[in-house]
Parts: sequence; structure tokens; C-alpha cells
Amino acid sequence: MNAIHIEALRYVYPDGQVALDGIDLTVASGERVAVLGPNGAGKTTLMLHLNGVLTATGGSIQISGISLERKTLHDIRRRVGLVFQDPDDQLFMPTVAQDVAFGPANFGLSGDALTARVARALDTVSLTDDADRSPAHLSAGQRRRAALATVLACEPDILVLDEPSANLDPVARRELAETLSGLGATMLIVTHDLPYAAQLCDRAVVMDGGAIVADGAIADILSDPELLAAHRLELPWGFSVPAG
Amino acid sequence: MGAGAHPLYRHGDTVVHRAPAEVKIVCLLVFVLAVVATPREMFWPFVIYAAIVVVMWRIARIPLRWVLPRMMIEAPFLVLAVLLPFAEGGQRVDVAGLQLSVTGLWAAWGIVVKGTLGVAAALSFAATTSATELPAGLSRLGVPGVVTSVLVLMIRYVDLLTAEASRMRMARIARGDSPRTLHQAAAIATGIGALFLRSYERGERVYAAMLSRGFDGKAPDLAVIGAAPRAVATQWVVAMLPAAAAVAVSAAAWVTL
Repeated sequence: MNAIHIEALRYVYPDGQVALDGIDLTVASGERVAVLGPNGAGKTTLMLHLNGVLTATGGSIQISGISLERKTLHDIRRRVGLVFQDPDDQLFMPTVAQDVAFGPANFGLSGDALTARVARALDTVSLTDDADRSPAHLSAGQRRRAALATVLACEPDILVLDEPSANLDPVARRELAETLSGLGATMLIVTHDLPYAAQLCDRAVVMDGGAIVADGAIADILSDPELLAAHRLELPWGFSVPAG
Repeated sequence: MGAGAHPLYRHGDTVVHRAPAEVKIVCLLVFVLAVVATPREMFWPFVIYAAIVVVMWRIARIPLRWVLPRMMIEAPFLVLAVLLPFAEGGQRVDVAGLQLSVTGLWAAWGIVVKGTLGVAAALSFAATTSATELPAGLSRLGVPGVVTSVLVLMIRYVDLLTAEASRMRMARIARGDSPRTLHQAAAIATGIGALFLRSYERGERVYAAMLSRGFDGKAPDLAVIGAAPRAVATQWVVAMLPAAAAVAVSAAAWVTL
């Protein structure tokens, strides 16, 4: 079954600006897909549609075969976990553990089941020792992992990450990649960080101007300099795509 | 710094620190009400109140040199109190060559002593209660979920906002703005506007992130996750002792008036 199936998705901002202009995208279960594109291409807007935080102007979205509608919203939000770009937007409770518990508690978990779920999510991101600290006192890398844990605790089928490697030092960046590659969920990684995308994903879609302009194996897309240049993407100096 | 540390919190492990937040909130409220309700034309009740507060400080190991400077927050109210003996009318009394109003003097004394005791009691509460305990304590006292959620968010984001404001200030100074001159007022005002917009946008993002995790307007009960257990009867009895003493003093003052 397809994890994500999007057809002719369109979104127009209240001021008339077209953010998404007919997106068609199908992602198979267990696939890891990089969403690449310049600033303002509509990547984050697309991400906010996947669990109904934004409501499409036109088109349809199916998550694991369930059509996204008002009455399926709660179920779909449990299935699709969004990790936002700025962990400070995601972490708002007084302690890390309470923040991790927030999602599953909203989805009806309580008591021992909730405690176990929180412990498991914190263990996955190696933050068990920091459970009772305030998110404000964690390092940027720890905050990013805590933000990931808050979503993992909801046990989503699909994980959507917005710029996961932004503002991380090299070690934190690598540690996060290791955590992510150990997860089984279907993943959509929105990023400008092409090497990171190459490391984690097998497939890439390129977005520009609210539409998908390329879709294919990540090695093929990253080794097409004309395509990258046409959409303000560039491999970092000294980086060459590993032969896939 | 542990979880929930705020600028007025003194980390410690005393009876007062361990007392559940909801009991301390009620105790503080009752104590302050008792102080306010005491007739101001007497001195001895206030001496006893002060003694109660000082004993609390001793038990909670809050040194005077920590608490006294922090009581300066009261200063603006004291200015008002100083004006009263001059401004009020009625019978006058001669003090060091100054004609002072008798009712004004009593009013000033009332404001100073009740204000000081209130601030002292509130500081004792703040010094022994971490920000993490506060929302749970309030919700156990029946405060609506919306109010405690607002409080949780405020506690979490006030540091972030302060940091953002100070980064903006730094960036202004780095571009040659001098912080002490009047013309900076315009830059500060614009800065506050920008900060407001940023906070508003952050608010929207935080809300989107909450919605994504199934938030439906109702704060979930996270008592199993590190929140302190609910206060039991004996804790209520013990922790309410200072408040009970204050109520007794207040009542006695009215009887002997």
C-alpha cells in the first residue's frame, strides 16, 4: 500500500499567492524520499498539508489509504509525524519527558502505557538521562533529537522532517543521521542539505514554484548539474555523489 | 540548573521545597489575605506576621542577603506611601518640623507593612517552588486548562523572547547605535514591533506543531510524567500552619481592637 498519495494538490494563500500548483506525489510504504528545492518552492507548505494543519484549496491527499478529511484528521495526525525546522517551536513543555508525552497523551495514551512510550522514544534518540531537564537547557543537537522524540512517541507511520540538519554541528548532524537511518518509518526529508539527503534517501523529488519538477533516484538527480542549477540547488564544494 | 528553574528559584531540599505546590499557593493566598484584613492601627499583629515569614525563611534556608535585595521590587509602591502623609487632609501632627496628616501616616504605614509582608511571603513561595510544579498545582486547584496552558507557554517562551530581544539589541549596537541616547527610542520602538511580529509568527508555528501532535484545545494530564503527586491530607495540614497562624492573629487583632 502507498504511504502517501497526493493528487493535483493546490494551495493558494489568503493573499492570492499560489504556493502549491498541482502536486502529484506517491510514496510507497517504507520509502525515504528527499524533498529538495530552493527557498520559497513550497516545500514546507506541502509538509503542512500532509497532516491537515493547512487545508488544501484543491486536490486530494491519502495517507495509508485513508483520505484526508475533517473526520479523519485526528487519525491522520497520529499517522503522520511532523518534525519542525526549529525545535523551539516543537518543545514547549517544562520538561523533555512531558513534551514527549504530550503527543501520545493527546492520542489517548495514559498511565504505564504512556510512561513506557515516552521511555522508548527517549531511548531511541539517546536522551533518557535528560528526561527531566528543561528543553531550554539542552544543546541544539539535543533539542533536535528531543523534537524528534516528541514525534516518534506518537509512533507515526510516516515521518516528515523539515531541514533536520539545520544549525547542527558536524557530530550532532551525524548522530541524527544515525538515529534516522535506524528508524523503519516512511520518511519525507525536506532539505537544502544535498549530501545529507544523499546519505539518508534513495529517491528525491525537486520542487520549484509550487510544483514537482523532477522525481527520481537521488544519485541521478544529484549528478544532473543542469537540473540542479536550474532550481538554485548546488552540491557543496568538494562533494561528489557516491556511485549508487 | 534543573528543570523549571526561574530567576527567583533557589534550589533546595527542605520541607518547604518539598511541600506540594497547590498547598503552597493556597497557603500564600490565605496568609496574604489575613495580613491585608488586619486593622492597620495596631503593631503587634504585624510583628507576629513578620516572625512567621522569617521562620519560613529559616526553614527553607533562604538567607536574608538573598531575599532583601529582591524585595526592592516593592520600591515604586513605597514612593506612593511616602507621599500620603503630605497629601492627605484631616488632623495634623508635627514630626521633625513637618506638618503630617495623621490619617495619611496610618495609610502609609498600612501600605508599607502589608506590602512588605506580601512581597516577602510571595518571594518565599517563588524561592521554593519551581516553574514546573506551578501548572500542575494550579490545575489541581481547579484553575481552567486554558489558563494553565497559557502559563506553561509563557514560562517556556519568556527566556526565548528575552534572548531574541537581546540578540536584536546586540545587532543594533554592532551597527553603531548607542544605547543611552534619546534618538535610540525610535530604534527600540521598531525593535519591539519586530519582536512582536516574530513572537506572533512563532506562536503560529508552535500551534501548528501542537496540532500536529493531536492537540485539540484540551491540555492532556501528564501527571505520570514527572509531575509531583497530589498533596495528601497531612501535607495540607502541615503546610497550612503559617496561614492558619496568620488567620488566628488577624482574628485576634479584630477582637482586641
